[in-house]
Amino acid sequence: MAKPASNFSRRMNDLGNWIDQRLPVSAFWKATMTGYYAPKNFNFWYYLGSLALLVLVMQILTGIFLTMHYKPSAAEAFASVEYIMRDVEWGWLIRYMHSTGASFFFIVVYLHMFRSLLYGSHRAPRELLWVFGMLIYLCLMAEAFFGYVLPWGQMSYWGAQVIINLFGAIPVIGEPLTEWIRGDYFISDATLNRFFALHVIALPLLLLGLVLLHLVALRENGSNNPDGIEIKKNKGEDGNPVDGIPFHPYYTVKDIFGVAMFLLIFAFVIFFWPEAGGLFLEHDNFVPADPLVTPEHIKPVWYFTPYYAILKAVPDKLMGVILMGLAVVILFFLPWLDRSPVKSIRYKGIGYKLLLAMFAIAFVRLGMLGMAEGTPAQTIEMRVWTFVYFGFFVLLFFLSPKMKTKPVPERLTH
Amino acid sequence: MSSDGSPEGVNNGRRRFLVATTSAVGAVGAGAAAVPFVKSWNPSAKAQAVGAPVEVSVRELEPGQLMKVQWRGQTIGILRRTEQEISDLPLVDGELRDPDSAESIQPEYAQNEVRSIRDEYLVVNMHCTHLGCVPALNNKSNPPPGVDDWEGGFYCPCHKSRFDMAGRVYKGVPAPTNLTIPPYAFVDDETVLIGVDPEGLA
Repeated sequence: MAKPASNFSRRMNDLGNWIDQRLPVSAFWKATMTGYYAPKNFNFWYYLGSLALLVLVMQILTGIFLTMHYKPSAAEAFASVEYIMRDVEWGWLIRYMHSTGASFFFIVVYLHMFRSLLYGSHRAPRELLWVFGMLIYLCLMAEAFFGYVLPWGQMSYWGAQVIINLFGAIPVIGEPLTEWIRGDYFISDATLNRFFALHVIALPLLLLGLVLLHLVALRENGSNNPDGIEIKKNKGEDGNPVDGIPFHPYYTVKDIFGVAMFLLIFAFVIFFWPEAGGLFLEHDNFVPADPLVTPEHIKPVWYFTPYYAILKAVPDKLMGVILMGLAVVILFFLPWLDRSPVKSIRYKGIGYKLLLAMFAIAFVRLGMLGMAEGTPAQTIEMRVWTFVYFGFFVLLFFLSPKMKTKPVPERLTH
Repeated sequence: MSSDGSPEGVNNGRRRFLVATTSAVGAVGAGAAAVPFVKSWNPSAKAQAVGAPVEVSVRELEPGQLMKVQWRGQTIGILRRTEQEISDLPLVDGELRDPDSAESIQPEYAQNEVRSIRDEYLVVNMHCTHLGCVPALNNKSNPPPGVDDWEGGFYCPCHKSRFDMAGRVYKGVPAPTNLTIPPYAFVDDETVLIGVDPEGLA
């Protein structure tokens, strides 16, 4: 009995060797998984990277299947989405996975970014890792915007109108630029068709490339950890960090648990609350786009509203656009704005904790105000939180070298 | 090997020159190749034809009359106002939300008391700035049903927004701003070209 089995395994081994001599599969596996040592003290916040990857794969898969039924023309787009929802077998599930997936992508990415602010994961030597992450975030925002236009509902149309007109605020070239983006004198079939092309091929390619760079940069220095200590400074006799454990099987198993928990929540939302009460899919978007009828209250989807609130807080259109752009761009410079001698919030003083808490509250509150009607009282509140938002970066730059810190231990705490 | 690691006999100056010139020529070529792709995003010939300026003759328009034309999918109204209507415009200033059109959309040459190039002719985008319905013209002698105290102007049937004879919005109605004025120019005394600024006429 044993003989055929060993024969089989020997053949599999031969096949493995044959491939390995032509493609470095096992070397790659060892370098990035079994031989890659990650800090042993990862907590909840370290699920989010793998979850972002999961959502990306899900978006690409569901997206491919949606393009098989969707028609990118102004005359047919809205009806084809309804066709997917009503007539295509399981079409509703694929569509809801994609539309809800977009919102979950941002939930995961925002938490993933906040993790960096907690533990200083963007600090040296991981500045480029952060910059690639920010480029992914930018790319994702463009991808989400183009995707939201495709169903060609009222909010698709008027949201696109508002966003494209932002470029019109640029002096001199503004008007021709908006015309160039639209490909017409108003948002039309030409606009929808090119946004479709960008959404399904141009930006996803860019996104995948950036994710690859993000991961290569991550493997170069390894993950940071909740203590913000470089585990590579303390290596054992085998040359591996004493505070590290192989990524596979330890963290692959941990991530599988995270994936299961995530899918549980994700499935619940898809099945019972796919539009999230107008938060993930706005009510006005179930009305076909009509260039002659403006919806009563135009607002972007929730993940853009913090920036939209900053735009609305400024009375001058051009200044508003500049400040909104700055609110995103300034994030790129975070690794250099935080000049504290320690990375993790665990060894930073009360000062940083207060600053970060104010920043987080400002971001959430701006997001809520960005969705609101815009009463004069709300406008004043938006200005206050806009001030707090930018104040975080200014204070961080000037105060972080002086703020009190606690001594950082030599080894990871457990 | 020479001191900088390159084999003996290599002319480094020439090598640098060739690398630089090849890169420069390549960059120019790439830039030139990008032009067709960038230009392909401009409004196509078809879009340009459909969105071309509209020429309208106003010769047969009587004082107090309104005519409507389509331009880029929007309804544009041309109203010939009477002397009386023009001189009455400032009388309602106090009841208007934006009498000086500071918050409203119009070309610079129409941001004046009468919101037009020539006092007589109001060229206006007829879509209500609230939700895009098309208001009706109601002269002073013809108030909308159920409205007394009417000075003449536009009345939106959808949500009862009111505008005066210059398309300026009244206070206390849903429309946020005055009716929009499109770019337009007079080709001659009797012809209006909608969609072109006066300086664009040449």
